[in-house]
Amino acid sequence: MILELHVRNHPGALSHITGLFARRAFNLDAIFCVPERERDQSVIFLQVVDEPRLPQVEKQLARLYDVLSIRQRPDLGCEFFANLAAAASPVSTA
Amino acid sequence: MKLTGAIILRTLLERQGIRILSGMPGGANLPLYDALHESHIQHVLARHEQGAGFIAQGQARATGRAAVCLATSGPGATNLLTAIADARLDSIPLVAITGQVPQALIGTDAFQEVDTYGLTVPITKHNFLVRSARELLEVIPLAFEIAESGRPGPVVVDVPKDVLQASIEVSSWPVPGKGQPTPPCADAQIDELARQLHAAARPVLYIGGGAANTRAAASLRQLSQREDLPSVCTLMGLGVMNADAPLHMGMLGMHGLKGTNVLLNEADFIFAIGARFDDRATGKLAEFCPSATIAHVDIDPSEIGKNKKAHLALIGDAADVAERLASRMETKRRPEWRDRALELKRQYPLHAPADEPLHPVNVIRALAASLPGDSIVTTDVGQHQMWVAQAYPFSEPRTLQTSGGLGTMGFGLPAAIGAALAAPGRRGLCVSGDGSILMNVQELATLAEWNLPVKTVIFNNANLGLVRQQQQLFYGGRYSASRLDKAPDFAALARAFGIPACRIDRDTEDPLAALREALSGDGPCVVDLQIHETTNVYPMVPPGAANHQTITEPAYA
Ligand SMILES: Cc1ncc(C[n+]2csc(CCOP(=O)(O)OP(=O)(O)O)c2C)c(N)n1
Ligand SMILES: [Mg+2]
Repeated sequence: MILELHVRNHPGALSHITGLFARRAFNLDAIFCVPERERDQSVIFLQVVDEPRLPQVEKQLARLYDVLSIRQRPDLGCEFFANLAAAASPVSTA
Repeated sequence: MKLTGAIILRTLLERQGIRILSGMPGGANLPLYDALHESHIQHVLARHEQGAGFIAQGQARATGRAAVCLATSGPGATNLLTAIADARLDSIPLVAITGQVPQALIGTDAFQEVDTYGLTVPITKHNFLVRSARELLEVIPLAFEIAESGRPGPVVVDVPKDVLQASIEVSSWPVPGKGQPTPPCADAQIDELARQLHAAARPVLYIGGGAANTRAAASLRQLSQREDLPSVCTLMGLGVMNADAPLHMGMLGMHGLKGTNVLLNEADFIFAIGARFDDRATGKLAEFCPSATIAHVDIDPSEIGKNKKAHLALIGDAADVAERLASRMETKRRPEWRDRALELKRQYPLHAPADEPLHPVNVIRALAASLPGDSIVTTDVGQHQMWVAQAYPFSEPRTLQTSGGLGTMGFGLPAAIGAALAAPGRRGLCVSGDGSILMNVQELATLAEWNLPVKTVIFNNANLGLVRQQQQLFYGGRYSASRLDKAPDFAALARAFGIPACRIDRDTEDPLAALREALSGDGPCVVDLQIHETTNVYPMVPPGAANHQTITEPAYA
């Protein structure tokens, strides 16, 4: 499952978000983050395991002060991150 | 007008209504201390930053409002961590302001540099590293707003020294930050809760620290009476109900009375409010209230379903939900269920041997009898803490301050100091252990300096008692590092700090009278109370077991 987050863009925001996964023993498989608006916000895509605890993961993320919104993106298939990685590397490893 | 960051920070704290704060100065926050020199804010010099953190917690727990503590960079900040983590787990509003090395030196392993921001990410509700004097105008009110809004918690504001020293033009001041109200839940949800609760045959009210305020308490008491609704409290919820109310069953869980846990086991409906189904309360989760429908009211959506599936979930402020619920509940009599609760209370009373005046339970009852009902009791962590929870008849919310979530030895004394500072005119009792008291014993100097009415009673069993108990019961009596040999003479130690003190033991003629006498004066005092070395806290549910597997009899004679 891919989650889309809109967050306040400052140096600590990412450490709050990624730290939460380690701290609560959730799995985080992939992450993609770009600034948006006037660079005062970022949009983050997270690939997470679709397990029973996923709703709890989402609630914990939503609870972070820097997280402004969060939603599931089932329309983005798991190839989303693979495509990004492939686009970034000139030599395809596939 | 040009003002330094330090003056701005001080002014913002003054505008927040802070009258008293605790801390310890050092290189990185010296500009702030210089600014405080000319403030009406009173500064309480703690003798260790952990003490400062817990003094602030004592203030916050007494008032429900965010309190402030200060520390310098590096070791000052690391010394605060335990008190911050403790505030996080017990949802206590705290604003901790730490000094940091100048920004030009951040990341260079400068003298007394630690990554306070990084260290406090996992133990705060939120944290800030302030990057300019101007940012203070935004961050400080926001820190208070975050600390007090919704589910309260600690906020760290890390302020580099150059930010304190920089001068900027300030033309106007921001509105002070305060807790923002939580949106009320829908009427339909309250109606549904009322309907289900009313229809239940064997409901139990399960109260946690989230309901520990006078408004919620008034409504929940009313509800319990009108509906023949027995109640149980977590450690953090004690005082919300009146301990003497006939249908109040006291604390649930690991050291709850057997009858309390049995009643929960028989319940068909659990109305949980401001409680988080923590393992010390529920025991083995799968076997907690196995046949009950669960209604869960909490201000924090992430608590719903975190540990136990809720059949009905309401997100909202406990006081608001309780008031609205109470206003629409009709009277309902449940004679059988009521009798069952009363019978279980009669059948499984707290063990208190009449021929042993210095049995901890008897001592705690004697302490309660000689203090007004609004006295603030703090505890440390261990057997003495559980005896207080079991035996002290709390009758008002926020009269017990104890480290529930983190279970921090060393909490009691500084918290009692903070409570006494925040609630002048009320008496303070710190029930401590011979192990715990030494963890923040330096704060006796702070107590002596402020001459506060805090009575510290050390339950001296020559042991890390709760550890010893577990080793006796679950580790075959192999006592490993739980014996406290060579204990100091606590009375002499207290006197060395300038605090009157006495020692009470089995040879004391009328020991309980001696205890009352010690509690009677206006200033501080310390009592070294010698209790039996091997008295255990019963009942006890073994860690990991289900709550109905209570041990009530000593496993070893
Ligand atoms: C800071 C800290 N370290 C260790 C523990 C583990 N621990 C829990 S209770 C306890 C013993 C406490 O001894 P004492 O204060 O004498 O209380 P008693 O159980 O004897 O009443 C210990 C070591 C803890 N809770 N907190
Ligand atoms: Mg002890």
